[in-house]
Amino acid sequence: MTSRLGKAWLIAGYFFLYLPIVTLIVYSFNDSKMVMLWGGFTFKWYGVIAHDTEVLDAFKLSLRIALLSATASVLLGTLAAFAMVRYQDFWGKTAFSAHINAPLVVPEVITGLSLLLFFVTCERLFGWPDRGVLTIWAGHTSVGMAYAAVVIQSRLLEMDKSLEEAAMDLGCKPFQVFYLVTLPLIAQSLLAAWLLTFTLSLDDVVSTAFLSGPGSTTLPIVILSRARLGLDPTVNAIATITVAVVSVAVFAGSLWLSRQETRRAQEQAAAYREGMQQVAA
Amino acid sequence: MDIPNSLRRSAHALTHDWGRRTVIGIPYLFLFVLFTVPFLVVLKLSVSETDGIRFLDLLSYADGVVHLKIKLSNYLFLGSDPLYVETYWSSIKFAGINTLICLAIGYPFAYFMARSPANRRPALLMLVSLPFWTSYLLRVYAWKGLLDDQGVFNNVLIWLHLIHQPIRMMHTAFSMTIGMVYAYLPFMILPLYANLVKMDLRLLEAAQDLGATPWQTFWLVTVPLSKNGIIAGAMLVFIPSMGEYVIPELLGGPSTLMIGRVLWDEFFSNNDWAMASAVAVSMVMLILVPLAIFYRYRADTGGVRGV
Repeated sequence: MTSRLGKAWLIAGYFFLYLPIVTLIVYSFNDSKMVMLWGGFTFKWYGVIAHDTEVLDAFKLSLRIALLSATASVLLGTLAAFAMVRYQDFWGKTAFSAHINAPLVVPEVITGLSLLLFFVTCERLFGWPDRGVLTIWAGHTSVGMAYAAVVIQSRLLEMDKSLEEAAMDLGCKPFQVFYLVTLPLIAQSLLAAWLLTFTLSLDDVVSTAFLSGPGSTTLPIVILSRARLGLDPTVNAIATITVAVVSVAVFAGSLWLSRQETRRAQEQAAAYREGMQQVAA
Repeated sequence: MDIPNSLRRSAHALTHDWGRRTVIGIPYLFLFVLFTVPFLVVLKLSVSETDGIRFLDLLSYADGVVHLKIKLSNYLFLGSDPLYVETYWSSIKFAGINTLICLAIGYPFAYFMARSPANRRPALLMLVSLPFWTSYLLRVYAWKGLLDDQGVFNNVLIWLHLIHQPIRMMHTAFSMTIGMVYAYLPFMILPLYANLVKMDLRLLEAAQDLGATPWQTFWLVTVPLSKNGIIAGAMLVFIPSMGEYVIPELLGGPSTLMIGRVLWDEFFSNNDWAMASAVAVSMVMLILVPLAIFYRYRADTGGVRGV
């Protein structure tokens, strides 16, 4: 394989991956009634969405649901990841692991429909719950915890277990080991999992459409209904804001994570050197 | 006062046992209630008789006899209605084509990523996963602006005088395929990359030392070694794209029948819950085999999706 072909392939691939995103951004500044005909530079679509109460309300609701479901996903995902990595076998482990992985691939129309019919059945039997924030949250969390579990699981698998064993030998109780040793070591993966499930929830449209009720319209539902009707410059403006916020957050997040990674490696190396010196002396 | 050691040990075991039960039990219960039970509800509704809008119980008791009534007409209809049969075929076809194109583009891409200088790989990897973080819905919508009759591609081609009339690209098999490839390409690249980057390069050197040409090395060593990555990537693309709704809705047309969209319409437009349930169950049957393959090969590439 010549490296020239490699470079060309990579450049073409990235061009394909980023072309639509760049187009969205460029045309959000387009001052023309024809969405895709360039008519000069303008900020007016941003002004339009800043006063669009449908968009603003939907955005607030999406944000609220995303905060709640990301937090719950990470809590449940951490437990699930521990169960998968630390407990060799327990009753129904195969079923458990299939369960954890299933939401990653099962099409969302199926999970959305089945959760909705489940909630409707509950409502008929017990008069609860109404469709709204709670049902959407449940849908997002059941998928989000699977993603969180995968992220945290891969961190737990590569983690040096001897650190926990050392703490245990030095007399730590299991909870102390978790709190003082394990948690700081997996903190980054928890953050990564939180960010991932947060964006997934913020973006989810299919299962939300099944699970939302009157008065609980999230931002993706608004976007979908506008996008169905055709090209809409306000959608481009929303897209640009999303892309900007997400890129900054992901860039800052990964920078912070890689810094932490280097620092931790240095600290571990230093501690190891010190230990060896003490042993030698 | 001294606590006997044996007592202390059993107390420790007890708390440990409780901890273990909580750690396993809570997520287990959550998924059981919000994943398994709902699917059982769907299964039940797909075979229940209805009385107006109410679904009847499967089991009834009368005169000392328990009656079990299972209505199969929804499934019989699915199997005999030409539109449904065609939709299933078309879903499998589009998902299969999507998987093949993603593999054809994604394999070389992941290969070149994995063989680029080690200090450049994190940035390359981040650039592949970054689109994941931006809204999937908006990225699909973006193709409308590119492929529309008055869209970017047509405008550029007309401006270059290559065409005089806009080519119709939207709402065709072409627009849907390109949207699917675009949305699912990272799902192919990431597991392949994870696999290829771990490969022991000495094996390739050995092949070359033994006289293999670069092409032979690639086809006889690299590709077979990356089998698990290929399977994981293919399943990550094939299974969800079969149930895709957003892409056929925004980019597809009347000719691009997809089962996910039919389920949606059956539920939201026709309000036929029983039929929608039957479609959902049949979809699960359809993905069961690829799902089993996916689970079998996933161990090797675990945890690469999305991060």
